[in-house]
Amino acid sequence: MERTTIDLWVGIFVALGLAALLGLAMKVGNLTTSNLGDTYMVTANFENIGGLKPRAPVKSAGVVVGRVGDIGFDAKTYEAVVSLNIDKRYNFPKDTFANIYTAGLLGEQYIGLEAGGDETNLKNGDKISQTQDAVVLEKLISQFLYSKATEGDDKSSKTASTESGADALDASPLDKIGK
Amino acid sequence: MVLHKLKRLFSRLGAGCINKIWRLGAGARLFGLTLISSGESFRRFRLTIREVYFTGVMSLIIILVSAFFVGMVLALQGYHTLQKYGSSEAIGVLVALALVRELGPVVTALLFAGRAGTAITAEIGLMKATEQLSAMEMMAVSPIARVIAPRFWAGVIAMPVLATLFSMVGILGGYLVAVPLIGVDAGAFWSQMQANVDWEYDILNGVFKSLVFGVACTMIALFEGYDAPPTAEGVSRATTRTVVTSSLAVLGLDFILTSFMIAV
Repeated sequence: MERTTIDLWVGIFVALGLAALLGLAMKVGNLTTSNLGDTYMVTANFENIGGLKPRAPVKSAGVVVGRVGDIGFDAKTYEAVVSLNIDKRYNFPKDTFANIYTAGLLGEQYIGLEAGGDETNLKNGDKISQTQDAVVLEKLISQFLYSKATEGDDKSSKTASTESGADALDASPLDKIGK
Repeated sequence: MVLHKLKRLFSRLGAGCINKIWRLGAGARLFGLTLISSGESFRRFRLTIREVYFTGVMSLIIILVSAFFVGMVLALQGYHTLQKYGSSEAIGVLVALALVRELGPVVTALLFAGRAGTAITAEIGLMKATEQLSAMEMMAVSPIARVIAPRFWAGVIAMPVLATLFSMVGILGGYLVAVPLIGVDAGAFWSQMQANVDWEYDILNGVFKSLVFGVACTMIALFEGYDAPPTAEGVSRATTRTVVTSSLAVLGLDFILTSFMIAV
């Protein structure tokens, strides 16, 4: 008699554990959302991928259509070779444009695909030739400061370049980039 | 005189080291013996189920209650810091990743060592002190197959189940604090969590961790009990050692496992 109650409790225990695992998989994890199904792989070369990581999303029009596979380095062209696993349901023209974007200002980086107008579609193993590199924030800021400094020199040769540099820092650089 | 004291110090240090290594070897031998003679604990699965009841089901209350509070505290603390950066919606990710990757397996293992490990050590130590194990051997019943192995497999089965429950209940506790109490948007809470918690890299790795902790904790508890001097003092010391050694082993193993998992 006692044995059966123990069996019952252990059964409940294991069932609870399985339910929790199911709950983790469905509610917490990405098992349901990242269900890509069959994929085909295309590659894209970038001069700079910034902080792009394997398994980062590949989006088109904001919808996740695939994931970044592995990221390699081409020692001949000194470029990053990124392989993209795209869902078989979505076909993209041959002249699709691949950009590296950042989600938010400091968020993770992802690849955005912009479809072109070509008649033929990308196949497994194809290469996307038109790419745009990741925006490196430091580069952008230093470019901005540099242009600001030269601007200041043009206006009045009297103003010391250090001062205009300080001006540039005072004004929010991101506001200016927006303009 | 000083030289004599120094000599004694060194010899004690060496004896301690040799003793530790001897115990490590004996523990490894017991582990091997347990694996070899664990056929019976599957053929007579009732034995194992009985032990799952005592180590797993009886630990449910402490595990679930602590998971609930750990989750709630995580949400409170996480919100406090995250809102400074204006990203309080990420609270769900923080709670889920912390629980699934680290706190679930580790805290469960620590509680398991305190709740079930000590019970195993005391039980086996007392069995040895009252010569029950010797009596079994006299009757040609292997105490390792009959007593040790079922408890080992019960621990190995119970730990991942408990750790998974810990993570799930902790996340529910975090949800209760974050959404109804603080007022984070429920949709953002779950969707951010789903976007950032990976089934394989986070959840399955956590379950694997707890499996390893289950082997380590149960084996340490069994060995300490099996190896305890058959006196009241010996059993009490063995019980203490179980908690200390299991906790250290869990934290050390956690670092090793994590460093492998992050590198991948």
